[in-house]
Amino acid sequence: MIKTALIIVLMSLNFTAYAADNPVEFSNPELQERYYALIDEIRCLVCQNQSLADSHADLAQDLRNEIYQKVLAGEKDEQIVTFLVERYGDFVLYRPPLTKNTWLLWFGPFLFLLLGIYVAIRLIKKQSAEKNAFTELDETQQKRLTELLNEDTDRNKG
Amino acid sequence: MIPELGHFALILALAMAIIQTIFPIAGAANGNQAWMSLARPVARLQFVFISISFAVLIYLFLTNDFSVAYVAQNSNSLLPAIYRFSAVWGAHEGSLLLWAVILSLWTTAVTFYSKRLPNFFLARVIGVMGAVSVGFLLFMLLTSNPFERLFPVPADGSDLNPLLQDPGLIIHPPMLYMGYVGFSVAFGFAIAALLGGNLDSSWARWSRPWTLLAWAFLTIGIALGSWWAYYELGWGGWWFWDPVENASFMPWLIGTALIHSFAATEKRDVFKNWTILLAICAFALSLLGTFLVRSGVLTSVHAFATDPERGVFILVLLGFFVGGSLLLYALRAPSTVKGGQFKLISRETFLLFNSILFLVAMLTVLLGTLYPLIAEALGMGKLSVGAPYFNAVFIPIMTPVALLIGIGAIVRWKQDDYIRVGKQLRYLFLASLVVGGILGITFFDNHLFRTIAGIVAALWVILTSLSALMSRLKHRQNKLVALQTIPRGFYGMTLAHIGFAVTIIGITITSQHSVDVHQRMAPGDVVAFADYQFSLEALRPTIGPNFKATEAVVKVTKNGKHVTDLHSQKRIYTVRNMPMTEAGIDSSLMRDIYVSLGEPLDDNAWSIRLYHKPFVRWIWLGAIFMALGGLLAATDRRYRLKVESNKTAPVEGGAVSLKS
Amino acid sequence: MIRYLLPLGIFAGLVLIFIYGLQHDPRLVPSPLIDKPAPTFNLPTLHSPGINIHLDDLKGKVSLLNVWASWCVACREEHPLLVKTSQTNALNLYGLNYKDTREDALRWLNKLGNPYIESAFDQAGTIGIDYGVYGVPETFVLDKNGIIRYKHIGPLNKQDIDDIILPLVKQLEQPAS
Repeated sequence: MIKTALIIVLMSLNFTAYAADNPVEFSNPELQERYYALIDEIRCLVCQNQSLADSHADLAQDLRNEIYQKVLAGEKDEQIVTFLVERYGDFVLYRPPLTKNTWLLWFGPFLFLLLGIYVAIRLIKKQSAEKNAFTELDETQQKRLTELLNEDTDRNKG
Repeated sequence: MIPELGHFALILALAMAIIQTIFPIAGAANGNQAWMSLARPVARLQFVFISISFAVLIYLFLTNDFSVAYVAQNSNSLLPAIYRFSAVWGAHEGSLLLWAVILSLWTTAVTFYSKRLPNFFLARVIGVMGAVSVGFLLFMLLTSNPFERLFPVPADGSDLNPLLQDPGLIIHPPMLYMGYVGFSVAFGFAIAALLGGNLDSSWARWSRPWTLLAWAFLTIGIALGSWWAYYELGWGGWWFWDPVENASFMPWLIGTALIHSFAATEKRDVFKNWTILLAICAFALSLLGTFLVRSGVLTSVHAFATDPERGVFILVLLGFFVGGSLLLYALRAPSTVKGGQFKLISRETFLLFNSILFLVAMLTVLLGTLYPLIAEALGMGKLSVGAPYFNAVFIPIMTPVALLIGIGAIVRWKQDDYIRVGKQLRYLFLASLVVGGILGITFFDNHLFRTIAGIVAALWVILTSLSALMSRLKHRQNKLVALQTIPRGFYGMTLAHIGFAVTIIGITITSQHSVDVHQRMAPGDVVAFADYQFSLEALRPTIGPNFKATEAVVKVTKNGKHVTDLHSQKRIYTVRNMPMTEAGIDSSLMRDIYVSLGEPLDDNAWSIRLYHKPFVRWIWLGAIFMALGGLLAATDRRYRLKVESNKTAPVEGGAVSLKS
Repeated sequence: MIRYLLPLGIFAGLVLIFIYGLQHDPRLVPSPLIDKPAPTFNLPTLHSPGINIHLDDLKGKVSLLNVWASWCVACREEHPLLVKTSQTNALNLYGLNYKDTREDALRWLNKLGNPYIESAFDQAGTIGIDYGVYGVPETFVLDKNGIIRYKHIGPLNKQDIDDIILPLVKQLEQPAS
């Protein structure tokens, strides 16, 4: 109940949706690229599933401005990211930094992959070595076999 | 009175679903033919009642009956009729009803196309699907009744979410659910096979066309969702790795693994347990998706209004169905008879790697989607996992898939000679590399490595697929007749693989070479961008049925020649006072030009975003090919054969030994 | 047998995580500023543009800093409670008027009552950013040394104030032992 109430309340909070959406200008294309790369990977806290680049929220515009000013002032990406993380937490980073807390996140997929390959190789080894009781059947034989099996089970059940 | 009729029909549907579950399953266990034979008629009757209920809800929307809470919350008298119709599934309660209707539709379809199935087996399949129906109907009746009345009756409704007032949203959810829920058929077959202990390859043969069909629907559903997000959200993106998107993508990944694993199980009697497990997983992930979207455990742009009580209910359903079936799997799978033998260089091997890669891909998406929750539960704080993560880990995992498709299509079942395979493939590989390189260098001047890698992968898939087709014709005298004798399944596979390649090209080129500018423009301003000139001709107010808008007319020219006029609107939907951007898009096979009106600035100027997106259409075109391929394969002749035709075939030669 | 149970085991793990998830709101983002010194500020006061208010003015006593704005509907919801609480309790309640116009803000306070000792006027919203504000209203509890001890996001209700804020203030007021 409390949670529902909270969600409703948070939804109803005001974020002044009609924000200024000022285009920014750069004389240096390298700075421009950095700016767009940054706002693309920072999560907006207001409409939580959009990046700063996509969000129309007022706060997103303010933060875009802040980042713009900082990029112009020659701050490095890491400094800008630290600035944001100090205020809003790791939550704002769509690309979570590699720490001991995110180790599993970043390496998990490759662990899955290694595990999968290991299982597959074992299975293939087993299957290719095993002298199998099944003799190769062609398609019609296979069908017939299936049917026999079914009839068999049918009779057992019925 | 009419809403109560719908409610009552829903209760009757539940009653039918309960009968549909208990009697056929119990009948199959005791060998009671009469009980088993209830499966067909009762399942059809359930469909009749739930259809009545659905029809009633549609009627309530079309007639603006705001005495019904769900209608009042999601419709409005000014809402155009077509959106009043699609508003039926625009929010939680109605979309749940759609879920249940589609489940019942699939069940009914199984009752009609199941002449070949043994009675006891069909009874179990229908029973299991009935159990799922019971779960969802109970869920609806206990927590999410779409027919609940509202008092006092409001004068007008609070309108459908403007995001959903769009043609794409009329068909996207039904297609998606046809896919999602369609996996319940494979699930029903898998559980029936586990219950009956008949884990031979026959269940795979029966279940395969259904799964292909569901997969084709899901492919279309996801593609429609992506396309909708592209033009409706106004950011020009086509995939956001949002939890809700991931929720639909995970069943697709496992479904893809499943349809390939079916091929091996059906043809060669291998990977039987594996296929069963994938069939359970595909439907489990559909249920998981339903849970993620409706429980509120994750934030998402498109999540439904959430309620923890509902979350608990779905979690219980999830626990019952998935936990129960995995337990059953653990009990029954160990006794499965080992399948056929195969060597390292064989199609089986490549199909196995295919399923493993898709499984790993699914686990990756699952890990990324749930990691924020896992981290928080383990006290590691709040973090976000977004597109940069998924792109970084997903692409390396999917890249080998392209390579494997090429080899898998050519290599023979059971055992092949790597020298033969190598001979057939090396020129194709060289050709992909050379042609891909040339194309890349000729048409693009940056991000060359990635671009060329993508094109090479796609060419490789296309060339090897065509080569596999050619080698089927090689020793045939009359090529035309030969073409006709090739089974549809093979054409389906080839088409789907080519579709995959087309999607790869679309994704590669769009993500590497899309450009955009964010510009301040006043009427009369001209911006030169991506070889085009964009001039803002006019900004004018317009009025729609339920919104007010400012429309920008942007004239696009190239080298002085008129290309098109694009219209982008900034709408304010009056009832919810919600702004929406309607992008102006000129699309062609090679590129989209996309104009999106931003916010008003000073002096009659607006911020405007312009995008140039090469090859973006290929992403969805490929998906259409894939779905058509699935459809072709699902209608292969051998699935339509009457059982009589192969009854006459005796088992000749070959010592058959049965271990069971 | 064990390997056949593995899928069930993984699923059970997922269910546990979901049970946890159902009890927590994913939209609430805890502030990284808890137990850290409050970001400093030096802003004009809302009532007299010539006079500035500095973070140091809040130090020495346990204080509350409530971020509010006249355009914020949810602020209107918690405001009567703040007015009432400030009348019955000796709270050091300061406001941070966030991205507002002076005129609107003053009119708002005149109409609904002013519970604040003083409101800092953060028109550009830069101090809001320093405090990691993302959903107005937000309320910070600062101890005597200006360390942020608690942050509440969204409107306060009576329960929040009686069960969390007031006891915390009382506890922080105890002389450090």
